Amino acid sequence: MLEIKNLHVGLEEEDKQILKGVNLTVETGKVHAIMGPNGSGKSTLSYVLSGKDGYEVTDGSAELQGVDVLDMEPEERAAAGLFLAFQYPVEIPGVGNMTFLRTAVNAQRKARGEEELSAAEFLKVVRAKAKSLKIDADMLKRPVNVGFSGGEKKRNEILQMAMLEPKMCILDETDSGLDVDAMKLVAEGVNALRDAGRSFLVITHYQRLLDHIKPDVVHIMADGKIVKTGGPELALEVENNGYADILAEVA
Amino acid sequence: MSAKLKNKGVVPSITVPDGGKWASEARQTAAALLAETGLPHRRDEYWKYTDPTTLTAPEATPAAIFESDEPLPFDGVDAVKIVFVDGVFDAAQSDALELDGVEIETLSDAAQKDIHWAGSVYGVLEGRGQYPVSRPLASYNTAMAEQGFVIRATGKAAKPISFIYLHESETSDAVIHHTIKLDEGADLTVLENGPAAARINAVMEVEVADTAAFHHVRAQGRDHERRTATHIFARLGTESSFKSFTLTVNGILTRNDAIIEFTGDNANATVAGACAGDGAFHHDDTVFITHDAVNCESRQVFKKVLRNGAVGVFQGKILVKADAQKTDGYQISQGLLLDENSTFQAKPELEIYADDVACSHGSTVGAIDDTALFYLTSRGIPHKEAQDMLTLAFLGEAIDEVEDEALADDLRALLEGWMARRHG
Ligand SMILES: Nc1ncnc2c1ncn2[C@@H]1O[C@H](COP(=O)(O)OP(=O)(O)O)[C@@H](O)[C@H]1O
Ligand SMILES: [Mg+2]
Repeated sequence: MLEIKNLHVGLEEEDKQILKGVNLTVETGKVHAIMGPNGSGKSTLSYVLSGKDGYEVTDGSAELQGVDVLDMEPEERAAAGLFLAFQYPVEIPGVGNMTFLRTAVNAQRKARGEEELSAAEFLKVVRAKAKSLKIDADMLKRPVNVGFSGGEKKRNEILQMAMLEPKMCILDETDSGLDVDAMKLVAEGVNALRDAGRSFLVITHYQRLLDHIKPDVVHIMADGKIVKTGGPELALEVENNGYADILAEVA
Repeated sequence: MSAKLKNKGVVPSITVPDGGKWASEARQTAAALLAETGLPHRRDEYWKYTDPTTLTAPEATPAAIFESDEPLPFDGVDAVKIVFVDGVFDAAQSDALELDGVEIETLSDAAQKDIHWAGSVYGVLEGRGQYPVSRPLASYNTAMAEQGFVIRATGKAAKPISFIYLHESETSDAVIHHTIKLDEGADLTVLENGPAAARINAVMEVEVADTAAFHHVRAQGRDHERRTATHIFARLGTESSFKSFTLTVNGILTRNDAIIEFTGDNANATVAGACAGDGAFHHDDTVFITHDAVNCESRQVFKKVLRNGAVGVFQGKILVKADAQKTDGYQISQGLLLDENSTFQAKPELEIYADDVACSHGSTVGAIDDTALFYLTSRGIPHKEAQDMLTLAFLGEAIDEVEDEALADDLRALLEGWMARRHG
């Protein structure tokens, strides 16, 4: 599904390398987790994959279902099936959440040559999905993320994911700032989307989210590289011993 | 007056139209003032950012007719429709001038009479608005206008009056003057699309008596080459309300002046505007609000989106006189520049002589928020569409000032359509 090879990324504005040769393959239908200390480059990887400005790829490649995504516009990547649940969802005053969702869903359908959803069809689907994420009508009506609590913002990300039905879902610290109940809700939302044709890359600082979203593979990222890869037990090791042991071991 | 003489511009040679006593007097007074001030020029303090040359030239610069098959703004609103073609009233295309609670008369009819209530408004509010800043284009208008309506609302109007201006001649040079009076407790909505002609000089004087409410919503549409100077002069009585909103797209030159005076306590006024300009577009909002009564609230909300060298100007002044305690004056002007070629100039001014007032003003200019843009595009919304969404959201905050929800929705839809068409 997603194949990243030797990815080197620096900042456009200053001479700073952040990703220093990332190799990572996420197979179709699998859930991979990336853990790692703050500042190791996890968010950068997610931004570069989804096409944010300001980064420069100096070497390597990233392919989604065999297609190079690094030259695509963000909207093309989205239409190709890539989705990023932001670590910090953006507030957009003046744009209604519902309008935003519908525009996004229909833009992707259009880009893929599918028929657009009518307002009524869309409403029906969004209501059902919002309900299971405990997102009320008011949150749908309000401007995108404006005045939402941390937990509401994260649930709103999952709602977008549920509506857009991407192939490759990247979740960046979706658990940060959530209490246990909110985390369960989010995890349920994610688990409901798991299927044989969809892959996940779950970025998290802590193991606890992985109790709810069971990964197939766990990677440890440090200083811009994947330094260790293992099964779910690797996450438990981090939980118990922190990163220091692992980093010392690979150093 | 010496300050004005120092700045004196060209005095046009004009002969005021014939009319009855009140109209002749008003016209001659305006002509005399114009002879004193001369026409505006670039050295005038309030014309520093906008070159008035094409507005004051003897002839209008020809303007190609803008062909469009889209419905006119406010087409769906149930209103008394009054049509002007190139600035001339067209009775055949208009509805009957009948509306419960409102008297509607042409300026030319009213001006024939020797005595008319219009004499207490026409040229009077405009005249009060000539100090401390002279407004020679309005003087010219008052002296020369033969087109326009004289409207008096005595109660709550059953529906809006909608002025529809059509532009059919490439050389039309329109001078239009509306005189509006709302009696105590009256409520009237006036809609305008335009005005339209190759060149337009439009004045609207609005007397809002105690407890009356006036609503004005205007759409200055897609006619690219028009040149427009408009003035609104309003005087507000006790507990009255005045709201004016203007949406502008395109137009090579637009100067909208609003001069509002509070003379009765506990009144409120809002002047707001949203504009979107692309390329050869110069748009200037100049507002002067005088608080001369207690506990009045004024709001100025102006938003401009500019691209490809378009220019936006905002000059807004709040003058609070010594007795105007408990004044609440708010002013915000914001420019959104979609590229580096466009410019937004803002000149906010506060002049306050009372001590118990709350006045605030702010002005910002900036580019589109990249973080928001990335968020939208990362969800699959194409770049242009995402930019439009953010632009509409930005302008939407000014449209929010329109009280009537249905009209506000009309304006949003209109703007959305205009934006979509830009992409061809
Ligand atoms: N736009 C940027 N400008 C400056 N530094 C950046 C930028 N993006 C990332 N960095 C730096 O790159 C490193 C990796 O950051 P990030 O990808 O956010 O790490 P993580 O998500 O693993 O905490 C950090 O040192 C961070 O400060
Ligand atoms: Mg991060």
